[in-house]
Amino acid sequence: MEIKREPISNLRVRQYQARDLLRGDMDDEELERYVEERVLTTTVDRAVGWAQGNSIYPLTFGLACCAIEMMSIVGARLDIARFGFEAFRASPRQADLIILSGRVSIKMAPVIRRIWDQMLEPKWAISMGACCSSMGVFNNYALVPSDKFMPIEVHVPGCPPRPEALMHGILKLRDKIQGHPVEGWRERYAAVGTEELLPGGADLTSANVDVFKPGDTAGA
Amino acid sequence: MPDATELELTAQELRDAHSDSILDTEFHRGRATLIADPLQIKAVLEYLQSKGYKFLASVHGVDYYPHEPRLGVLYELMDRERVERISVKARVSTDHPHIDSVVELFPSADFQEREAYDMFGVVFDGHPDLRRILMPEDYDGFPQRRDFPVGGEPVLFTYNEEQNYGKYV
Repeated sequence: MEIKREPISNLRVRQYQARDLLRGDMDDEELERYVEERVLTTTVDRAVGWAQGNSIYPLTFGLACCAIEMMSIVGARLDIARFGFEAFRASPRQADLIILSGRVSIKMAPVIRRIWDQMLEPKWAISMGACCSSMGVFNNYALVPSDKFMPIEVHVPGCPPRPEALMHGILKLRDKIQGHPVEGWRERYAAVGTEELLPGGADLTSANVDVFKPGDTAGA
Repeated sequence: MPDATELELTAQELRDAHSDSILDTEFHRGRATLIADPLQIKAVLEYLQSKGYKFLASVHGVDYYPHEPRLGVLYELMDRERVERISVKARVSTDHPHIDSVVELFPSADFQEREAYDMFGVVFDGHPDLRRILMPEDYDGFPQRRDFPVGGEPVLFTYNEEQNYGKYV
């Protein structure tokens, strides 16, 4: 059934209608119109995507000179706090986004992949700069492009990219999260369900939660 | 830097002490170089150390391709009291890239000999812990040699992503 919107600008009328609704006196067409005007309907996926896209927590992780540009986007001039991305997390287990900011050497690649596996779903990755995407000027025996070992959502070109470019990349990622959350290409990297749990599997008894016991200096 | 005369005197002293230990000398743009026999490199450096060159500033490898013997090992020594530097160069072939380690004389040579081994494949006999230092331990080849391919990993683009995805997973 078609609902005709009527602009109700009178505050007094709105108050009476709300009282009718609460008393249960409002019915039929009047009720339909009231609900249509005041309730936004959506799907759970879209609502979750909206929330996730507006609260991405990046990981505090810098590799090279691009990290300097990455740091400047949290400063006052560019200020990604406007979009809800300002909380750089110090632990991969609390972060949603890893920004590979710099060159990835062959020796560093397994370390990065492990950090990526330690991050919990939902998680995303941005490859920042030429070195990380195509090895740039360091196209030699020492480096490996990041696509080789983990799934990358957004590549930001530049050497280094300006902070505006990185911010554009992050906003592209936000559009991606909110618009097309499922792309189905992580399976090709065997990057689904690879979250690293505690040693010994998911046996989360209280005795196992403390990975390093008091006095144990093995992890220091 | 020692001047050309002093370089020749040092070379002659070394030849008197260890016969055939110095094959040649070079004096180029104020830089004095002794070209030593790789089999006697330890004796040469020990003699120079006793003469006052007590600081080993650097050990590095060079690939002189296409000249033979291809590989060079350079030792940069310094006398900190007279503030003088001297280089010692030893050439080894890629077929038998062996030279004695000088870690016993100069402990600072430890990591630098490992780097020369990592990049050029020069084997330092007698080194306490000779393994790769910069590249991964399972890496094949010696990347700073001239016959090592220049390019790195193939870059992924849209046209070749299918054949590369998951290759290294």
